[in-house]
Amino acid sequence: MHWWLPPKASTFAGPIDGLFIAILIITGVAFVLVEAGLIWFTIRYRSRPGRKAFYTHGNTRAEVIWTAIPAVTMVALGLISNHYWVEIKGRNSVPANAYPIGIHAKQFEWQITYPGPDGQLGTADDFTVRNQLHVPVGRPIVAHLSSEDVIHSFYVPQFRVRQDVVPGMEIKAWFQPTVPGTYELGCSQLCGLGHYRMRAQVFVHTQAEFDAWMKQAAQEATQ
Amino acid sequence: MTTVAATGHLAHAHHDDRPFIRKYIFSTDHKIIGIQFLFVSLFFLLVGGLLAMQMRWQLGFPGKPIPGGGILPDTMAPGGVILPEYYIQLVTMHGTFMVFFAIMPLLVGVYANFLIPLKIGTHDMAFPRINMWSFWSFFAAGLVMLASLFVPDGAARAGWTMYVPLSARHDLSGASLGQELWSVSIILVGLSSILGSLNYISTIINNRAPGMTWFRLPLSVWSLFITAILGLLALPVLSGAAIMLLFDQVLSTHFFDPAAGGQALLWQHLFWFFGHPEVYILILPAMGMVSDIIANGSRKPIFGYHSMVFAIVAIGFLGWIVWGHHMFVSGMNPTLGSSFMVSTLIIAVPSAVKVFNWMGTMWRGNLKFTVPMLNATAFVAMFVIGGLSGIYMAATPVDMFIHDTYFIVAHLHYVLFGGSLFALFGAIVYWYPKMFGRMMSERWGKVHFWLTFIFYNCTFFPMHITGMAGEMRRLYDPNQYTFLQPYQPMREFISISAFLLFATQLIFFVNFWWSLFKGKKADQNPWHDNGLEWSLPAPAPHGNWEKVPTVYRGPYEFSHPQAREDYLPQYVKLPTDREPASAPAAAH
Amino acid sequence: MGKLGSVAAAAGGLGLVTLALAGWTRPPAVQGGATISGKVKFTGKAPTNPVIDMNEEPKCKAKYTAPPREQIVEVNPNGTLADVFVYVKAGLPATYKAPAPTGPVTLDQDGCRYHPHVFGILVGQTLAIQNSDGILHNIKAKGTKNRPFNISQPTTMTSERTFTAPEVMVPLECNVHGWMHAWLGVLPHPFFSVSSTDGSYTIRGLPPGTYTIEAWHEKYGTQTATVTVTGSETKTADFTFAAK
Repeated sequence: MHWWLPPKASTFAGPIDGLFIAILIITGVAFVLVEAGLIWFTIRYRSRPGRKAFYTHGNTRAEVIWTAIPAVTMVALGLISNHYWVEIKGRNSVPANAYPIGIHAKQFEWQITYPGPDGQLGTADDFTVRNQLHVPVGRPIVAHLSSEDVIHSFYVPQFRVRQDVVPGMEIKAWFQPTVPGTYELGCSQLCGLGHYRMRAQVFVHTQAEFDAWMKQAAQEATQ
Repeated sequence: MTTVAATGHLAHAHHDDRPFIRKYIFSTDHKIIGIQFLFVSLFFLLVGGLLAMQMRWQLGFPGKPIPGGGILPDTMAPGGVILPEYYIQLVTMHGTFMVFFAIMPLLVGVYANFLIPLKIGTHDMAFPRINMWSFWSFFAAGLVMLASLFVPDGAARAGWTMYVPLSARHDLSGASLGQELWSVSIILVGLSSILGSLNYISTIINNRAPGMTWFRLPLSVWSLFITAILGLLALPVLSGAAIMLLFDQVLSTHFFDPAAGGQALLWQHLFWFFGHPEVYILILPAMGMVSDIIANGSRKPIFGYHSMVFAIVAIGFLGWIVWGHHMFVSGMNPTLGSSFMVSTLIIAVPSAVKVFNWMGTMWRGNLKFTVPMLNATAFVAMFVIGGLSGIYMAATPVDMFIHDTYFIVAHLHYVLFGGSLFALFGAIVYWYPKMFGRMMSERWGKVHFWLTFIFYNCTFFPMHITGMAGEMRRLYDPNQYTFLQPYQPMREFISISAFLLFATQLIFFVNFWWSLFKGKKADQNPWHDNGLEWSLPAPAPHGNWEKVPTVYRGPYEFSHPQAREDYLPQYVKLPTDREPASAPAAAH
Repeated sequence: MGKLGSVAAAAGGLGLVTLALAGWTRPPAVQGGATISGKVKFTGKAPTNPVIDMNEEPKCKAKYTAPPREQIVEVNPNGTLADVFVYVKAGLPATYKAPAPTGPVTLDQDGCRYHPHVFGILVGQTLAIQNSDGILHNIKAKGTKNRPFNISQPTTMTSERTFTAPEVMVPLECNVHGWMHAWLGVLPHPFFSVSSTDGSYTIRGLPPGTYTIEAWHEKYGTQTATVTVTGSETKTADFTFAAK
């Protein structure tokens, strides 16, 4: 069990985790200041016989400082965050050479359509597999997300990718896996009684393994 | 030099010979209405807690029969083993009861009603009968929501956020009447809020006592005022959305049905356009009452009163333009993600300002840690954690990762429980003497506080960790995912802490009820506070004052150099004080 | 209901469960009565039923030596069609009252498949849905004349439901295992039968009369035949479905 974020397995994980750490530092400093301050005050200024409180209505300079510092920090955070947001989710963020996979969410399974040997979705050699997402490492993948019924959500923690899948909408979500291995895809939006079991296995292969799998799976699909 | 004792005769009971049913049941007296809200909301707080206990049983001990589960029907828990569809009903109804029937009515229904006329110096609300309807529509809404637990096919189960199409389509959720009753109940809750808000706003604007200028209002009143505006404008949107949902459910309309030209995201925009101001409704009154209590407990004026007012107004205003931060990964246009991120980061600033001002109030004070002060201080300590965790969510790329995980659950419980509920524990104890003429037990209040504080943090802090690990929300059995299996011991720890936390609340409930009959009889001003309400006997009489008091200063004049004692009420006239220029119109 | 009644129901239930496990239920026979029986034939090339990939459910996958196939078109080795629901659609006298059911009909989920795949039940008779797999199944009944329901069974357990209106057929499915489908015919009388692994069906105990018999198949639709019977004679009515 780790006490930290899951292992990184995509190109998004670096920037997202970095941003997380930056926020942890900022909020950590604020946390320590406030909590330590409160504890110190409760001890130092607790009521004792003969003690009198210091009568003041405030201090304008203090107000300005503790308004400005958080404001500036938030603006900086916003600018940095937005840079990555546009890169990950922006309208034009999907790389042109991304490998397309159709992912159709349905209560309570993921129907995954592969483009087949010709590499194009929507052609005759496409085939569909339940609950198994196979991808090659080191290439951008674009998931064409659609839903049969209710809102689901495509989520692979180690890829740091999440995108709601909405009926009536065709949504593209891209990611680039960096570490071969097996992972899990979970549904991350309550979709009914089987929500907790709407799980797929994710296999990140080397390109050679992926090609081999693709050939075999395409064959099996025609049987 | 006037002392507090001399003001005793400003208060005489206005002789009240109404029949019992008009006095205590269909009452138009704002104080009775506030108390009615209190009793009913505390009941729903208990209901919400019981629902959570069942959820935590399933999460801590998945698939095991719950002790006493025999009373649950087979459609919910055969052999006491909670079914997945029952689990998501628990999740949904816990959130629904806690937000709409516990926290919101405890903060607003109780304290807006009870405190506003007392603290601004008037006899009652501007529209007492409308006020009565505000309570009874809330009561009806509560009955409908409670009934939905017992109907065939069970209660609503799409989360308290009720996303469509799951909530609109019975064939997809498995629920039928229960979902529809949820919609009906919410429409009634909206009505209750709107009727209340009308009163709070009108009364504060028009009925302040002579000398009670805007900048002499206590922060509790300021926060209730802004909250009322939020309520007036936000609840109609929710009710409208609930009506559309109900129509889709029973009249075959297609507002939210993509197959027929509707849009699933429309619900989310409507819900969160309401939902974000709603969460400020759930925190602002708590912040206001905490300000009153901390100034009192520190024996010092509130630090930066004007900044505090501006912060409340800023939060109220900015709260309208952040709703999309609940929808970053919803499929809405990513450009909106950028704009909502900006507004969300900005709204962190006024909250930060408030935290620093509370600390400034305690700094160099003469801190008296009564039960209300303990709870109010804990509010600051816990709210800060909740607020800081919100910053992770505001940063959109990070939110992509933690959205719909337990990190969010931790955040919302830190602000709603660590924040609002601790503030409520403080407020209930603080104004109890004015409501009931007795004091709650100080000793048991302290025992309750410390145990709650410990068990509360043990329950909710670990959720930050499991959320960071990627544990999704609303999962009946997270162990289905290999990567979540190692966290089962932590889930068990959280569950046991939650059971202990719930058990501890028994102390509060017993203290509350027992003290109604056997509590120490209260003095008129047991906390040596400055507000106008403390010029009245305990409990406050019908009609409050024969003649409303005149106000000579702000509400936080503690340790004033010219006062003999360390407090100086607003209504006490010093030789150096002048009469106010003119009285607001309806002051008598 | 009374202890004796419960014992009787349990005994009857046990009997019916045994029969159900054999694949189909024999309705309670009327004393004497006529019989209509026959074979459901199949012409043309049998289509291949898709293979079920049970990789994500190892507990079910382990129950098979070779990957099972879906049960959409089940052509028997002798050229007949199994899992065709044959029933009396019309012809019973208006005064006819069905005998009370003597126990439940059992639908079992075993190896992530429904057993039986096609079956019948009386209006008001209990359907006992059994989960022999011990993993999460949900049963969604998509009736139009009967109230739809959707219930889960996260572990080994049995749930009960009844149906209040005649309906041919009520589709049943599991949403956790998208390949699981079953079909249930709800009738106000016990005169129905499901064609077996040799293509034959038998409807017994009919009062004298002229009947419209309908044969229903999930892919090939319906066909009807008219048969008149008296006394305790046996008449034959065969059906033929052709590959499309």
